[in-house]
Amino acid sequence: MFRIVKRQDMSSRYSSALRIGSIFAALLFTALIIILLGYNPIQVYFKIVEGSLFSKFRITQTIHKMIPLITLSLGCAVAFKMKFWNIGAEGQFYLGALGATYIALNYGSLPPYILLPIMFLAGFICGALWALISALLRTAFGASETLVTLMLNYIATNIIMYLQYGPWKDPAARGFAKIARFSPNAWLPTIFGVQSGWIITVVLVILIYFMFAKTRLGYQIQVIGENTQTARYAGMNVNKILIIAVILSGGICGIAGMMQASGVEHSLTYELSAGLGFTAVITAWLARLDPLSIVVVSTLFSILLQGGTYIQTALQVPSSIAGIIQGVILFFVLASDFFVNYKIIRVKKENAGTAVPVSKGE
Amino acid sequence: MSKYDIELINISKSFGIVKANSEISLSIAPGEIHALLGENGSGKSTLMNILSGIYTPDEGIIKLDGNEVKFNSPSDSIAAGIGMVHQHFKLVDVMSATENILLGLPGGLFIKPKKAAKSIKAVADKYGLKIDLSKKVYEMSVSEKQTVEIMKVLYRGARILILDEPTAVLTPQEIVSLFGILRNMKSSGCSIIIITHKLNEVMEISDRVTVLHKGRSIKTLVTSETDMTELTTLMVGKPISLEIKRAEVDSELKKPILQVTDLTVHNIDKREALDGMSFTLNSGEILGVAGIAGSGQKELCETIAGLQRASSGDVIYKGQSIIKMNPRDIIKKGITMSFIPEDRLGMGLVAGMSIIDNVILKKVQMQKGIIVDRKVGKKAAERIIKRFGIDTPSTHTIVRKLSGGNIQKVLLGREIEMNPELLITAYPVRGLDIGASYNIYDILNEQKTKGVGILFIGEDLDVLLSLCDRIMVIHSGKNMGIVDAKSTTKEKLGLMMLGQNPDDQAS
Repeated sequence: MFRIVKRQDMSSRYSSALRIGSIFAALLFTALIIILLGYNPIQVYFKIVEGSLFSKFRITQTIHKMIPLITLSLGCAVAFKMKFWNIGAEGQFYLGALGATYIALNYGSLPPYILLPIMFLAGFICGALWALISALLRTAFGASETLVTLMLNYIATNIIMYLQYGPWKDPAARGFAKIARFSPNAWLPTIFGVQSGWIITVVLVILIYFMFAKTRLGYQIQVIGENTQTARYAGMNVNKILIIAVILSGGICGIAGMMQASGVEHSLTYELSAGLGFTAVITAWLARLDPLSIVVVSTLFSILLQGGTYIQTALQVPSSIAGIIQGVILFFVLASDFFVNYKIIRVKKENAGTAVPVSKGE
Repeated sequence: MSKYDIELINISKSFGIVKANSEISLSIAPGEIHALLGENGSGKSTLMNILSGIYTPDEGIIKLDGNEVKFNSPSDSIAAGIGMVHQHFKLVDVMSATENILLGLPGGLFIKPKKAAKSIKAVADKYGLKIDLSKKVYEMSVSEKQTVEIMKVLYRGARILILDEPTAVLTPQEIVSLFGILRNMKSSGCSIIIITHKLNEVMEISDRVTVLHKGRSIKTLVTSETDMTELTTLMVGKPISLEIKRAEVDSELKKPILQVTDLTVHNIDKREALDGMSFTLNSGEILGVAGIAGSGQKELCETIAGLQRASSGDVIYKGQSIIKMNPRDIIKKGITMSFIPEDRLGMGLVAGMSIIDNVILKKVQMQKGIIVDRKVGKKAAERIIKRFGIDTPSTHTIVRKLSGGNIQKVLLGREIEMNPELLITAYPVRGLDIGASYNIYDILNEQKTKGVGILFIGEDLDVLLSLCDRIMVIHSGKNMGIVDAKSTTKEKLGLMMLGQNPDDQAS
């Protein structure tokens, strides 16, 4: 007979160990699934690492996933800190890319040092406005931002698809439905062999970290996230701060879209994000909204994603195994939270009764 | 046959490193009213939860009529004839008394209501409980709800009744009638355990009393052979004066500082939460507010603080109307409000943040620039910790990890650090132990002598009578009258709280 008991004090070292342990447990569990599918898990895991890190090209590919993923996770984290569940990073990413693409296609002859800043700005503004819709609906009508941002994702992807097959279709592409490539002026330059967006991402990580640690806005966002009542009581304009934070959140996701379009694809397609906007929700959450942890978690997930595509060609293993690993990791880490707060103890046989209630603690 | 109905012998129970109960022994004789006295955190609730089968003890034995028993779930305990009436009622609002009583029984609501009503009535008559069985719970007063709760456990055949702080929410008149019921039950052979920290009630109702202190049973005494001073000393662990002082203030200091005129506020479901309320608060005085819970206390505080909008009426602070202002403007006016609702961390503090971050909560609104100035906050936090004797490892400690009294002091300390001219405080000692409560009273008195006007929303009438200068009694959002705390009586306040005019009845 077992029963569940609330833990009193939990050292932070123990809870970190528990989380890392849960990732290993998730890998073990996925290994079972891989075996059931008829593959060798050790080989699959090794190939994932090999496929993401064992050549310069592969590392570059992995970094090209890291840059948008970290940026998108930061965007999510800003809203999540306020308990505003913006799961619309995907849509804000596409709108940001759309804004940047519009500038790139129409003003491609401008010199890069003027063109690129304008594209950044356009990316930020479009992503921010897209997120703002959900914030306004929430403040005006109390609409659930989770649903609104989720649905706006699909609208955003379909807008891009419409543009790609319709008005923005490149006549020079001989009937292929694709948007024209940007002029080289609108390309983010490469530094150390990768697109220079990583500099922006590093700056954003530092800025967001600084914002939450030191600034009034970061402080206010955290107070609102913890307790809206107290925030109102302390004289904060809750709606105003909420809107600012959502603009920031959507804007950062928009910048991620701009960087991916300008730095990697040099164009816009409706598959530009490869679903990273949804992965970012997971990574932001696993990193507990901490900017530095976001970098670590996003790196791990980028390795998984990049390795996942590699095992498909190398071992003819479906790349969705990488997706399974992601999902299982999320489940295990979430479940480990339970063990941070509770422990299961054995009850002596003689004590065992019929309905043993869950103790709530005192 | 044992001489006791129930015996708890050397019961211990730990939660992690916290020993909630250590070697507690308690025995209840048939037909006795046994008071369990102790401060918050002394282990009363844990002990009773063990007895009602919610927790299992780590060590120790429970004997029922001399035979050892083990309770693994509340149903075991109910089957043994033990019934617990919790402090927070567990009733379904939209159901009638009968339905609530039947809920959870085998057969539940499928039992024929008429037949059931008859058997419930028989139990009610046996113990002299007056109860309208067809009334819906949401139409009931607090004391009626409590009667339903008592009925619930009696109908399940309980002969040992545990009441957790049953008088906390009742008016003096309702307490008298509750005690009547308890005496009836006692004479029909029930044993009753009453958990309380109110000494006068222990003296009035109980036959014996067991005092708990820091998880241990200190002593069991026969009530008629002890007195309040002895009980307090045992309960607190050291001798302490029970007297609350009323600070005297020069009459020159007393000037009207807050005038509320004809204030009407509607709550979300359009009901009148405040109904044409008017009063004046002077500087250098403590104006108490007495009333049954939910009579408009919360709305009054929130409207003055700018958190709720009034439908009509005015709030004038030092000659200036503040009724249309939002909290930020009001904070800038120097009106500091410390509002502590039932859930202490619900408003006013951020539980997951450090003491420093909580101390700067209001200051941040006034700061300029984009950087939070935590240095000021750290200094202020250090001052508050020193001045109010807050027991904390550091200024960076997360507020949630402090004890109730210390959390309260952080909140009160922050407000007083801002040198307010008006202090609004609702239930500032709720959940605090005696020492911490007296500490808070001293702080309020000190502020009063400095000329601060204090609106004190209270629940313990004894405290209101001895601490306040005047007491305003409210009933369903109306001001029933303001009385002089020195000359009024508890009974008079009780009648006014129920909405009656005591002078009418006298004539």
